[in-house]
Amino acid sequence: MAATANQEAKGLTLIEAIRQGIYEEMTRDETVFVIGEDVGAYGGAFKLTEGFIDDFGAERMIDTPISEAAIVGAACGAALMGMKPVAEFQFIDFISCGFDMLTNYAAKSRYRGCGAIQAVFRGPCGSGVRGGPFHSLNAESFFLNTAGLKMVEPSTAYDAKGLIKAAIRDPDPVLFFEHKKLYRLPRLREELPTTDYIVEIGKARTAREGKDLSIITFGAQVLNALDASDILEKEDGLQVEVIDLRTLAPLDKEAILNTVKKTNRAMVLHESSLTGGIGGEISAIIAEEAFEWLDAPVIRVASIDAPVPFAPTMEDYFLPQVSEIVEAARRLARY
Amino acid sequence: MSAKTNLKKSTEPLSCTRETSLSKEQFLELYRFVKMTRMFDEITVRLKRQSKLTGGVFTSLGQEATAVGTAFALEAQDFIAPLIRDIGAVFVKGISPRTIFAQYLGKANAPSRATDVQFHFADLEKGFVGPISHLGDMIPVMTGILLASRMKKENRVAVAYVGDGTTSTGTFHEGVNFAAVQKLPLITIIENNGYAYSTPTRHQCAADNFVEKAVGYGILGLSVDGNDIVACYETMKRAVEHARSGKGSVLIEAHTYRRKGHAEHDNQSYVPNGEIEFWAQNNDPINRYERYLTTEKIASEDEMQKIVAQVSELLESELAIADEAGFPEGISAAYEVFDNRIVKPAFKKKILEK
Repeated sequence: MAATANQEAKGLTLIEAIRQGIYEEMTRDETVFVIGEDVGAYGGAFKLTEGFIDDFGAERMIDTPISEAAIVGAACGAALMGMKPVAEFQFIDFISCGFDMLTNYAAKSRYRGCGAIQAVFRGPCGSGVRGGPFHSLNAESFFLNTAGLKMVEPSTAYDAKGLIKAAIRDPDPVLFFEHKKLYRLPRLREELPTTDYIVEIGKARTAREGKDLSIITFGAQVLNALDASDILEKEDGLQVEVIDLRTLAPLDKEAILNTVKKTNRAMVLHESSLTGGIGGEISAIIAEEAFEWLDAPVIRVASIDAPVPFAPTMEDYFLPQVSEIVEAARRLARY
Repeated sequence: MSAKTNLKKSTEPLSCTRETSLSKEQFLELYRFVKMTRMFDEITVRLKRQSKLTGGVFTSLGQEATAVGTAFALEAQDFIAPLIRDIGAVFVKGISPRTIFAQYLGKANAPSRATDVQFHFADLEKGFVGPISHLGDMIPVMTGILLASRMKKENRVAVAYVGDGTTSTGTFHEGVNFAAVQKLPLITIIENNGYAYSTPTRHQCAADNFVEKAVGYGILGLSVDGNDIVACYETMKRAVEHARSGKGSVLIEAHTYRRKGHAEHDNQSYVPNGEIEFWAQNNDPINRYERYLTTEKIASEDEMQKIVAQVSELLESELAIADEAGFPEGISAAYEVFDNRIVKPAFKKKILEK
């Protein structure tokens, strides 16, 4: 089977985990199908669905014109008919071209009594790969203020497979963000259960236990948070707790508040720009609902308020760096 | 081209095409639906003036034949996504007036739970897909309906009703093109009624006719007099046969005229003097059809009057039934954002609670 092509290295990478998740869902449920640009015959720009067309045929691996609004709209229409589309954006940057259909059609259909949209809208997101201003987007804050859309972003292979399967089975529209820097990162290679499993949407995960301060984050920044935590433990003796949100909408408020009540100090870390980012929402939740538990003001660490620049020097300046996370954590611990 | 030049200057009063296979029963059914459309609109205008309606009132005055005639050529398994001026097509698909009244009145038992306006609701069992306000968006959605239908080996045709203004949107292009490439049985009906809100068609498109777009998409294009209900039916029948037999999508341009403003509040100050009256006097689709039914000896005045009386009685009793229902509780707003078995309702934050 094509879905387990890379056998020599142990375990699956994040992209292989997503691929396997979609493959398994398409195998167990014939209403699941894939739609997007270059997804069928070519196997996707990142080769995530390579070979699927041989096993599932062109009717279930639908290559479209360059028409993101049509991709989203067609996915919605098919969902109304009881199908379970997995629609791909070649890069999440192009989700802007489907924004109207997502926010006006997909998000509101159930609420308007016009039918549930059980559909997944997925694609590679994220900066740090020298992709420039149009291949590096993190789009979650564009959609955070739209009720009716779920948002998910995994940072491990186990979660990637479990969450994509959960997203496909979820009765509501799910935006599934895949950080492209994590796709083939050897560090994330992981042996996954051979039996069917899902990871519940709406639940955060504790990526590292700690008692001194919390870093609340998701996606590729989970790895930066873990690296920073190692340094802080070694050099400062600080026990940092890292919360991997995994689901960005609806947020796991309980997990956010629990970690704050445990460590009394919180940093919110994300890769999209600071202003209007999801960190503002998380900080507000903490301020409103756990103010008495705080020993320090919540600190946000995020990218600067600029488009994502191309040159490595500038992109590194743009993005949160491990050294900056370490410094911010020290400030938080000292306060 | 101006809406006025659509009209052939003729001393003969306009009627409808004689080339048809419709039976007497079907002729009368068409009459019933087209009258129902106009009379429904008259009631909603009345309700608006009585301040019984809070939302906008959009009527199809002068263009009722297009929606009714085209929808009449569909089968039960076919799907439609109508525009605000296609209430006739909604009736033809078997949606009851009481349901639409409930939507207009914002009643709790309306299909949208009064979360949305007018006929922004759906009845998928009857092949009615709920439209949204963003013009053109329904074309990709209908494309998806047809992709699903193909995967499920169902034999469905889907119709997206759009206006002349819709053709300027990106979703119109993306949807029509995608359906064309996939050879899907999608029929897009452009109801060219002369105006998009206040914008005349010459500011919408530089081509002489919208149907010319079909050439660019590589699909069948058909043009029809949208105020000839029989021609609308026959043209649509041809389009449905083409689509259903696997030959691909169809674009129909129906030439008609919008005699009311965009909505009831619109005073139509942008319309040249005399244009509305000209159409009302010379090219009213219902007058034309009545003349046709009489001169072709299909129906007598008595028969037509009987139908009108029945429709009037039906609409008033349907309105009364719809009006009996209550309005939604405010808290209903919190439900069904997501499946509430999984995500709890979006209740208002209790600011005063500690």
